Amino acid sequence: MSGELYRELRSALLGDEPVVLATVTSVEGAARGHTALAAKLVVRPDGRCLGTLGDEELDRIATRDALAALDRGVMVTRHYGPHGEARRAEVAVFIEVFAPPARLIVFGAVDFTRALVEVGKVLGFAVTVCDPRPVFATKARFPLADEVVVEWPDRYMDRIGPELGPRDAVCVLTHDTKFDVPAILGTLRTRAGYLGAMGSRRTHEQRWLRLLEAGADEAELNERLMSPIGLDIGARTPEETAVAICAEIVAVRTGRAEGFVTPLRRGAGAIHRS
Amino acid sequence: MKEVIADIDRWQAAGRRVAIARVIGVEGSGPRDPGATMAVSEDGEVAGSVSGGCVEGAVVAEALSVLESGTPRVCTFGYSDDEAFAVGLTCGGTVHVLVEPLDW
Repeated sequence: MSGELYRELRSALLGDEPVVLATVTSVEGAARGHTALAAKLVVRPDGRCLGTLGDEELDRIATRDALAALDRGVMVTRHYGPHGEARRAEVAVFIEVFAPPARLIVFGAVDFTRALVEVGKVLGFAVTVCDPRPVFATKARFPLADEVVVEWPDRYMDRIGPELGPRDAVCVLTHDTKFDVPAILGTLRTRAGYLGAMGSRRTHEQRWLRLLEAGADEAELNERLMSPIGLDIGARTPEETAVAICAEIVAVRTGRAEGFVTPLRRGAGAIHRS
Repeated sequence: MKEVIADIDRWQAAGRRVAIARVIGVEGSGPRDPGATMAVSEDGEVAGSVSGGCVEGAVVAEALSVLESGTPRVCTFGYSDDEAFAVGLTCGGTVHVLVEPLDW
């Protein structure tokens, strides 16, 4: 019969709560006698643990790595010495991450937003649409969105920003500097892994200047802001554009956005070529 | 893992023992990523999968044997492994599967 580790894991999974299962998958040399194949540690986001890999110090290091993996939403195998030493490999630990869906926040309840919500759902995101204009930000216009919020972008970001992490994405589609600028500045204060803003080359240049005037750091903008948003796949319709944006979100997450595929921000020509 | 919980609940409610098989590593091309999970009841009922269907039969046999012995083991299926080739992992990759009794 299963015991308390499985019960803890099961209840976290059924409650859609984040949890990590660390399992010893190989034991060699000096680690034999300390730990055993399939020894386990269940780690909660607050660092609370259940179980043991067989050594207190190994548990401590594996918990640290489990929390880092949870933050990034990736499964990894880590190698350690018998007591969690780095640059050794007597123990292999498979760190299995069970994370709730990453978030996609779309500022601007515009035409392109509906398609982006749909493609975002296909990718498994929990999708929020946020726009301060109650006529546009309605659940009826975005039936697939997990939530539709009527609020100013900067206020919304102040409220939920601290929850965002490297797996989460923010897309600014308003095309209007009075919404774009606070949305981008608000997102730069978070740890969101992706930030993109839609607009023509002209809109982009004007917005860039406004952001600098508003106190944004140019190096940080260069590093984090994907603008104009999307991969250059020749997208035109809202649906194609949603694919171009989501492809860029994936490419940024996988570290392929620079050099492997070409984001629009790296080019100079017309965005819509005939 | 989540997708096999309902079946595990059902099996355990009927007093049946359960083995869990999880993909813990993939080299080269593999059909499922690490974390893919299959559960097997002691009478051979199966939930979830660890591949595109190529090694499931062999994993069920390993799961039943692990329930018998009570000892976890890592099974490797791959192109270079004659036995695994016989059960048909033809994508050219190698997959490592931890098979263990659900007694934790």
